[in-house]
Amino acid sequence: MSRVGLLALGALAVACVLPHLLGSNYAVNVVTMILFTAFLGQSWNIAGGFAGQTSFGHVVFFGTGAYASTILHVSHGWSPWAGWIVAIGAGALVGLVIGVLSFRAGLRGSYFALITLAFAEVFRIVANSVEFTRGGLGLLIRADPRPENFQFRNPIWFYYLALALVLASLAIAFWLTRSRFGAQLAAIRENEDAARALGIDVLRAKTVCMTISGAMAGAGGTFYAQKYLYVDPSIAYGVEKSVEMLLVSMIGGAGTVFGPLVGAAMLMGLGEITRASSNTQGLSLIVYGVILIVIVAYLPDGVIGLFRRRSGERGAPRA
Amino acid sequence: MRRVLEVKGLLRAFGGLKAVDAVDLDVAEGSIAALIGPNGAGKTTCFAAIAGFVRADAGRVVFAGQDVSGWPPHRIAAAGMVRTFQITQPFGRLSVLENIMVGSYLRTGDRRAATAAAEQVAVQVGMGAMLATPASDLTVAGRKRLELARALATRPLLLLLDEVMAGLNPTEIGEIVDVVRDIRASGVTILLIEHVMQAVMSLAERVHVLNQGRIIARGTPREIAGDARVVEAYLGHGAAARLGGGGADA
Repeated sequence: MSRVGLLALGALAVACVLPHLLGSNYAVNVVTMILFTAFLGQSWNIAGGFAGQTSFGHVVFFGTGAYASTILHVSHGWSPWAGWIVAIGAGALVGLVIGVLSFRAGLRGSYFALITLAFAEVFRIVANSVEFTRGGLGLLIRADPRPENFQFRNPIWFYYLALALVLASLAIAFWLTRSRFGAQLAAIRENEDAARALGIDVLRAKTVCMTISGAMAGAGGTFYAQKYLYVDPSIAYGVEKSVEMLLVSMIGGAGTVFGPLVGAAMLMGLGEITRASSNTQGLSLIVYGVILIVIVAYLPDGVIGLFRRRSGERGAPRA
Repeated sequence: MRRVLEVKGLLRAFGGLKAVDAVDLDVAEGSIAALIGPNGAGKTTCFAAIAGFVRADAGRVVFAGQDVSGWPPHRIAAAGMVRTFQITQPFGRLSVLENIMVGSYLRTGDRRAATAAAEQVAVQVGMGAMLATPASDLTVAGRKRLELARALATRPLLLLLDEVMAGLNPTEIGEIVDVVRDIRASGVTILLIEHVMQAVMSLAERVHVLNQGRIIARGTPREIAGDARVVEAYLGHGAAARLGGGGADA
């Protein structure tokens, strides 16, 4: 087995025993949220990093997934596990629709980013005003910690679930680095006209990419709702989550397999440290902002890009 | 001889300007044809309209016996007609090999087969030693070759080459001329836009001259060089007469 393979296996082994070494539930929760954020970041990364379709409103898929399973569970008595499948489908569907609408209209770059932001805001306002989401009151999931209810007395199970999600998302990202579809997305990211000239159906590839990305974020929505047992419009469709998703990818390295994971660990770690060391409200947000500025100005390829450049593996500057 | 490309009455106007004005064009299978003309004659727009990048207002494009008028560019490429860009459009952050693989992936979904095909094409265009170089690090000559390689990797029937020699020095031009000849020898038909006359004269069997959106002359390179209308299009009204009626060996 290759060195990389051994390394991956070792990391997986550590990840499996990690919660047992951590001792406190608090620490397990922090690590769970790092993994979960890495998963959501990877969803953004598939579209924003690999395909270059920068979205400012990725939370729209997350929120739709969260609402889909929670409404089915709370109002219609569905099992959250079955709701999870629907949530994934709902996220995919919203990704497909937004993809078709905006790509057909030829929206690229900052226009695409703005339209996704607008979609997320519209969904938030709608969720705030319609009956079946209970508007601003939100939906409360009755606490009944049994596995069949997607609720666990021991937070370790959420940890393993988040780990499984991360592994699945890493597998998708890895596949993109090795497959024809991934090569097509990279070509589209770098130059759409050239991609078209080489026979790539740009509209189709971008839409498929948004569908996959939407399905992933939709899956994340159910996880989040079941972990906190509550969904409201600002949790489900708040702009903070969109920012977080793109931030972890960009900090770690957009368009890389491990970027979102590295970025999530750094961002969440820093967030915990600033919260622990100061009582100032919103300090962590200021720290996020500063990090983003530094990354954009000095590390366009993220932390992973920094290591690549050091090792001289690929010194490709951003064109 | 079978015609691989037949263009009839192609028209494309931008506002009041007819950039491509009722152009008829045909390219025989296995040949090298050239489309020449002064700057702004409409050559690139003509290419773009043929390859589906610009919607034609009127006219028909028949490629390999199929009417491809109005097809989107990716479908035309998949059918076997692939263009390159005058202003090179590399996938900057991808390596040379990855760039070419985007082309070879059109014909295979298998990574290993796509890699092998791309490597073979890289050698064919003389980029075999630069596979790992990021495309953004290439010189102008390298980028031109990469354009060619990517297009070639899609295994086209017809290549539309838009000024692959512009901006190159004489040595580099000589090398590309050899590469283009080699491509034709492998069975690919070529239609090229070129300003480098030395290359047109030595490569093309048939030349179409475009001026102000219209085809003003067509024929062998030798016939074209002696055509008064062509000389005037390039050098201005009356130039042919001033140059002494234009020598056949001009």
